[in-house]
Amino acid sequence: MTHSIEIQGLSKRYRIGRLQRTFREDIIEFAKRPFGRRNKEAEWIWALRDVSFEVAEGEVVGIIGRNGAGKSTLLKILSKITYPTEGNIKVRGRVSSLLEVGTGFHEELTGRENIYLNGSILGMKKRQVDKCFDAIVAFSGVEQFIDTQIKRYSSGMRLRLGFAVAAHLEPDVLIVDEVLAVGDAGFQKKCLDAMEGLRSGGRTVLFVSHNLAAVENLCSRGIWLDGGKVRKDGGAKEVILAYMASFAGSTTGESTLEDSESRKGNGEIRYTRVEYLNPDRTPRALTRSGDSLVIRFHYHAKNTVPFPVFWFRLFTNMGTLITESACDTHGVDVPRVEPGAGYIEVEIESLNLLPAQYYFSLWITDSVESLVYDGDARTLLEVEPANIYASGWTPTSRQGIAYFPQRWSVPIALSPGPSSGPGLPAARR
Amino acid sequence: MGLNARWILELWGYRELVFFLAWRDVKVRYKQTVLGVLWAVIQPFFTMVVFTLLFGQLAKIPTDGIPGPIFYFSALVPWIYFSSTLTNAGMSLVSNSNLLTKIYFPRIILPAAVALSNLVDFFIGSALFIGFMAYYEIPLGWSLLLWPSLVILLVLLSLSFGVFLAALNVKYRDFRYAIPFAIQLLLFATPIIYPASMVPEKFRWLVALNPLSGVIEAFRYALVPGSAIDWKLLWFSIGITAVLFVAGVAYFRSAEKAFADIV
Repeated sequence: MTHSIEIQGLSKRYRIGRLQRTFREDIIEFAKRPFGRRNKEAEWIWALRDVSFEVAEGEVVGIIGRNGAGKSTLLKILSKITYPTEGNIKVRGRVSSLLEVGTGFHEELTGRENIYLNGSILGMKKRQVDKCFDAIVAFSGVEQFIDTQIKRYSSGMRLRLGFAVAAHLEPDVLIVDEVLAVGDAGFQKKCLDAMEGLRSGGRTVLFVSHNLAAVENLCSRGIWLDGGKVRKDGGAKEVILAYMASFAGSTTGESTLEDSESRKGNGEIRYTRVEYLNPDRTPRALTRSGDSLVIRFHYHAKNTVPFPVFWFRLFTNMGTLITESACDTHGVDVPRVEPGAGYIEVEIESLNLLPAQYYFSLWITDSVESLVYDGDARTLLEVEPANIYASGWTPTSRQGIAYFPQRWSVPIALSPGPSSGPGLPAARR
Repeated sequence: MGLNARWILELWGYRELVFFLAWRDVKVRYKQTVLGVLWAVIQPFFTMVVFTLLFGQLAKIPTDGIPGPIFYFSALVPWIYFSSTLTNAGMSLVSNSNLLTKIYFPRIILPAAVALSNLVDFFIGSALFIGFMAYYEIPLGWSLLLWPSLVILLVLLSLSFGVFLAALNVKYRDFRYAIPFAIQLLLFATPIIYPASMVPEKFRWLVALNPLSGVIEAFRYALVPGSAIDWKLLWFSIGITAVLFVAGVAYFRSAEKAFADIV
């Protein structure tokens, strides 16, 4: 089998702290030590450390990992944007990299002009753009505005136009980063379909995304990067599950919020931990489907903050959003938070989730979300199986994500009567 | 490392991108301003008017027997090309940092596209110059044939400074402030408002050390018949340009690996 990509002992080191220096500083430093090694005290950080793997031709590989794990650095090295400190890479064939949609778009130019410019920046020849032009415009769905300056476009239109150009590239190796993280559901679907098309076209694709469901759907293989190293390399599903499991921490009764690098916000107020309680506010050991529970979000405020809005998103472990909820949308306004520790509670009468791992993404913002105090603090919620149907049969994650309390009935004529008893359901698994 | 064949071949493969980026620059430049293309005419024209009044009428600096407007304008068109290419090419990497960090292409394309797009203004200025010649009823001489080679020399010279500054600008933030100042000094160190022949023999070598002197003087005398090109000065200019170009590109190549990391 031929390899499209071969990576051997790849390492990349970045200098941290101040990247740019002034000419004067360098001159002075040079004057002080004209012959010795300079910048001895510089601090370095390894974004990638001894990464090796091969990708076969036509393979579609998803790269997952937390922010700062080295995913983007890896893609940048493969796209030749930046150079490795150590190690070798070999990529066969024409490479196209999409680290962003619409790279090089210029506000003042029209949609038509930007298609040519962007195509050219992505390495397309003018002839090629000429040939695909109508298809690109049709795909983007902005026909009407093709001769309008794109500064008048909405961000969605820009995105569609950018992706439309990218979808008409014909590379042997395609490198995609987080492109799908933006845009509405319809657009994401379109992008995924286009990627699917690339896959069936036998192209080698390297795909980085936080959308684990997309990675699972599109990729046959997953590579999990952690701290600049390959933590796990294998089947997409298997790698995703291992990755999700690592997210965990403990879920019994209380979980602390780790300071992941995706966490945003100015820190005026931060969530500190999450407590799972019984309705009578006594601690509980585990959370099961259908439980009544109180989730207590503890926070710590540095200063007095007026009108903070506490809200969360609940995701499946595959990154699909289940629900978003906020205190203000439930009619609870917090006029002010005083410095120090405090908590806010969410009472859930019945947790209608099927057993699986879920995670909360917790946020504190102001009411218009222009100020983020704490953003995307993550904590895992492990939901255990329970006899929710009172039939003795317990559903698992194979039956979906959620359930709706419901009652089934059959016309009396068909009813087996009370004597037959249950028995059938238990046979199913 | 420097000018190897593989790299040149790669550049050739990306030739369309140079064109598209230059086309973008031209389009945007004229779209954003009310006067549009007129700027390419206004800038050299009014500078010439001011120079004629100030240095010609008031200071009475000799113009080698050439009418003042022709004398200044012939030098101003290449000078403006040089100074704006230097400035814009010098900033080209920093101002396109979004491209540098998101996509690969030979980085030298950015300053090269600037040099190409500025040629549009240069040609507009040159056309205007032909108009002046007609107005003064000065016939164009045979040495006009030299003009295309002079344009190439001017482009290469501007580019050699441009790529050098572009690379330095990425590394040192304070460099961009030095550029306008250096250009201002260079304006007076170059025979634009005065002929090189005015400089005392003793200091002629100083003028020759400035590679711009030869080109600009040649532009002036190639177009005006009856005046002789100072070949010695021009050869100096060609020689220095060749050295600077190779050195500039080599420096750029050695620095470019770090661009995306520090820009």
